[in-house]
Amino acid sequence: MKFSEQWLRTWVNPAIDTAALVEQLTMAGLEVDGVEPVASDFSQILVGEVLEINPHPDAKKLQICKVNVNADEALQIVCGAANVHVGMRAPTAVVGAQLPGFNIKQAKLRGVESFGMLCSASELGLEEQSSGLLALPADAPIGQDIREYLQLDDVAIEVDLTPNRSDCLSLLGIAREVDALNRCGLNIPDIMPIPATTDKTFPLDIQQPQACPHYVGRVISGIQAQAVTPLWMQERLRRSGLRSLSPVVDVTNYVMLELGQPMHAFDLAKLSGGIQVRNANANEKLTLLDGQELKLNADTLVIADNNKVLALAGVMGGEGSGVADETTDIFLESAFFTPEQLAGCARAYGLHTDSSHRFERGVDPELQATAIERATALLLKIVGGEAGPLIEATQAEALPELKPISLRASRIKRVLGAEISAEDIEQALTRLGLAVVAEENGQQWQVTPTSFRFDIRLEADLIEEIARIYGYNQLPSEMINIHAEIEPPPSNLNLQQLQQVLVQRGYQEAITYSFIDPKLQAQFTPQHSPIALANPLASDLSVMRTSLWPGLIQAFLRNQKRQQADVRLFETGLRFIYDNEQKLQQQPMLAAVISGSVWPEQWGAPSQAVDFFDLKGDVENLLHTAGITAEFVPSTHPALHPGQAAKLMFEGESLGEIGALHPQLAKQLDIDVPVYVFELALEPLLANKLPVFQALSKFPSIRRDLALLVDKDQVAADIINCIKQNAGELLSKLELFDIYQGEGIDSQKKSLALGLTFRASSRNLTEAEVEPVIEQVLQHLQQDFDASLRF
Amino acid sequence: MDTSPDSSPDSLDNLIATAKSEIAACTELARLNDLRVELLGKKGKITAQLKQLGKLPHEQRKTVGAEINRAKQDLQSDINARQQVLEAAALQAKLVAEKVDITLPGRGASAGGLHPVTQTLQRIETLFSRMGFSIAEGPEIEDDFHNFEALNISETHPARAMHDTFYFDAHTLLRTHTSPVQVRIMETDPPPLRIIAPGRVYRCDSDLTHTPMFHQVEGLLVDEAISFAQLKGIINDFLHVFFEREDLAVRFRPSYFPFTEPSAEVDIQCVMCSGKGCKVCKQSGWLEVLGCGMVHPKVFDSVGIDNEKYTGFAFGMGVERLAMLRYQVDDLRLFFENDLRFLKQF
Ligand SMILES: [Zn+2]
Repeated sequence: MKFSEQWLRTWVNPAIDTAALVEQLTMAGLEVDGVEPVASDFSQILVGEVLEINPHPDAKKLQICKVNVNADEALQIVCGAANVHVGMRAPTAVVGAQLPGFNIKQAKLRGVESFGMLCSASELGLEEQSSGLLALPADAPIGQDIREYLQLDDVAIEVDLTPNRSDCLSLLGIAREVDALNRCGLNIPDIMPIPATTDKTFPLDIQQPQACPHYVGRVISGIQAQAVTPLWMQERLRRSGLRSLSPVVDVTNYVMLELGQPMHAFDLAKLSGGIQVRNANANEKLTLLDGQELKLNADTLVIADNNKVLALAGVMGGEGSGVADETTDIFLESAFFTPEQLAGCARAYGLHTDSSHRFERGVDPELQATAIERATALLLKIVGGEAGPLIEATQAEALPELKPISLRASRIKRVLGAEISAEDIEQALTRLGLAVVAEENGQQWQVTPTSFRFDIRLEADLIEEIARIYGYNQLPSEMINIHAEIEPPPSNLNLQQLQQVLVQRGYQEAITYSFIDPKLQAQFTPQHSPIALANPLASDLSVMRTSLWPGLIQAFLRNQKRQQADVRLFETGLRFIYDNEQKLQQQPMLAAVISGSVWPEQWGAPSQAVDFFDLKGDVENLLHTAGITAEFVPSTHPALHPGQAAKLMFEGESLGEIGALHPQLAKQLDIDVPVYVFELALEPLLANKLPVFQALSKFPSIRRDLALLVDKDQVAADIINCIKQNAGELLSKLELFDIYQGEGIDSQKKSLALGLTFRASSRNLTEAEVEPVIEQVLQHLQQDFDASLRF
Repeated sequence: MDTSPDSSPDSLDNLIATAKSEIAACTELARLNDLRVELLGKKGKITAQLKQLGKLPHEQRKTVGAEINRAKQDLQSDINARQQVLEAAALQAKLVAEKVDITLPGRGASAGGLHPVTQTLQRIETLFSRMGFSIAEGPEIEDDFHNFEALNISETHPARAMHDTFYFDAHTLLRTHTSPVQVRIMETDPPPLRIIAPGRVYRCDSDLTHTPMFHQVEGLLVDEAISFAQLKGIINDFLHVFFEREDLAVRFRPSYFPFTEPSAEVDIQCVMCSGKGCKVCKQSGWLEVLGCGMVHPKVFDSVGIDNEKYTGFAFGMGVERLAMLRYQVDDLRLFFENDLRFLKQF
């Protein structure tokens, strides 16, 4: 809502300046978005009358004018505007005038002296662009300063309203607020019923009274549609951001700004039969005022006559029935369409108008007659004509109910934490237009809501109003008592600790979008069908991720493109997959990608590219922090290298996957360096168990090293498991400390070097005790894996 | 060889003189040690002299013996002194030889870091957990009821249009705010409640100042005597601590959220220009940082909490906004590009 401060002050005039007024509105919840002067900063521009025009001897496009500005003699001014004519009154900048960027001096234009400049509206800053001089009314007082004449020492205030404050989409609503805030009184023009001077009416048929519970119409006949809108009205419209179009349209817009009632005027000659308010028939067509043709939906409320659709109710009028220059009789519409009916209606057709904006948020259902009387009075003054009687249809049951609300002083105090006097409470509510009756020694009130506030129906709504007018910043601020019960944290481990493990190991955290490109996703997880957005922003952001990998790989690629080759990125967040029962799971995951060098390039360590075991080491650290001993089992995954992929198994469940990106996938993605990824489910990692202490042995240990020859494709984990199973409880530590393949051993074999440490908790262990254990271990290794000792 | 002390009284003097010059000339610790053995060892020259004493007449033994002992002590102290000099020199040489260029960078990997949004989230979580709030989570794919209906945002509500919702179908959507978490908590847990709910939220909007995904932290406190004054108190405290500015001006402006009443938007004095007016605050001197209000009675109704017994407040803030202000980041989109040169700055 944009309005002129001057206009507002004719209705309510608190003794505060513009800055204070603006601050006050903002702090009352009517956030001021902009305050702009209504004209440029200029001086010495006067109302001038063109007395005489002569052609310029040397320039076709220039004319030499004699202009009367009520000075000693007429000024000679060279002018290039096409619309200049004798008798015209126009703004005249005299010598010494200051305009933005330049001053007016006596000058020669193509050899002819000029003592000023005739101005256009854009030169005064009234319009962005204008063609020709600004034509002033014939009664504009010659010689008067134009700032004074047009009252240009004014600002346009733009208020950004929240959707609940439709009442302030009018000067009346803003004025009411200002009065409530300043208690300075309102001075609203009296709007009296206009007696009918003809009995012309037009039939009205409201077929959808639920959607249109109140409709008021009137015929005005014999108007002069070509009359000119008075300058003061043009200026008020302009300062409110509306263009002057024609007097009838200008008046309806003016009343909308003034009172908040959108109105529409039809050319009566173009209507046949009567007015119907009905739902559109499916596929019925309407060509709008702006030329756009609509195919209507069956649930769209329209205004029609007996033959055709005339207007999209509450949104926009149609092309064929509007007021034109030749119009003599009009049918004026002032209706209440319910917000429920209008919700989403304009948007369904890609429209948004001043009218739909107001109806969607709520127009005062009791305003229609007042508005039409106001418009009639203005029209009769401007375009003349004879007013017919009001035509009215009301469906009282469909109008919003206004039940009295009980308001308790105790509740106000409890909700706001403040003592507010009965005087302040009553003043605030009354000035906002509510009827207030005190009860119970001023400890309670009965408040009757008003039709123009759709957002006041409950006690809480009233308390908000009281707080607003009292001032949020005047309300006390109080420290809360912390008497929260101490609850155990949900886990001994939190996500932050896991994140820190990766951070300490050189990872940066990434945050990628949860929706991604379905094609990219299918390359990673073809086994999952993703859930797709119905209205994505773009096709590459259209499905929910089933893995965090594609997003991380995109982040990796972006960094690689920007010459960041050493990448360690991790992310935590949800993946969205359907489980076996086709139920959507939103599962928290921890995933990472690495590529490039093990160490940043440095003098003190050799350059070495990362491999599977760098990433596995990081995962093992995470597992260690989580207190989980998971098994890495060779596995296949569509996105992973079949020879470098593992599933992490823990208590029979898969925790996630780790591996090298499949070379074929890498090639498709234009990746020519090895990339390693892992993804783990977070929940099992965070559900770690409390460690239980085991007594420390005071006795020395015995270590035996075994060099085993096994098949070269033998998985080390199986050997280790076999040893653990057969070594018994004396085995306290087992380490794989070397792997050898090559010279000196069979080319189909490899050698694994393992260190076994034995220890008993309560006694000294002897070699003799360890010997049979080793024998047994070797026996099983021989049996199960054809493993032999290497000598 | 004549080793008789009495037969050559000068020979001890000669021995000492030679030994002294040898000690003085010695430049290596090993050689000095050899000298010690040669002179003072069991088979050394001085020891040999002592062994000769027995051959002397009884009356000479004492004086000659004393002389030899003096000489022995004299040489011993020369050797010790020389040893100290040589050791000091050796240490000095070692120190010089072992000097390194301490300006060379340290060996190994550099640590990584958490995303600035995560760091901001953690800061918010830490501050509120000190005030007794616990952390709650909810799904990102939400239903219409929790995201809108239960929050008093009906089908026809104008606020719906402002939410730019991503839908999967008519009833399933990506949450547009973290407020549905408060509904879920109130549905399951009885008051008193004191939670914050951080997380990702989604709006169908993308331009210079909007990304289709961003982060919010929602807060909810429900108890028997919770007032707007306490809401003001907690928000004031939080903002002063978060921005580490005791004198930070904070103002509460009436606003509108369907699920709170009274509702407020909270502005802080612009931290970029200290309120003088700049590009960031659009010359107003104020920055809007969060929205809040008293829980709307209809929200309590929808989750079955007694409006007469309980009151509560809720607040919500945009994490990227706070991160941008705290770290002076001027482009929102940087947060989701994951450029390492950006991430490593925090
Ligand atoms: Zn600023």
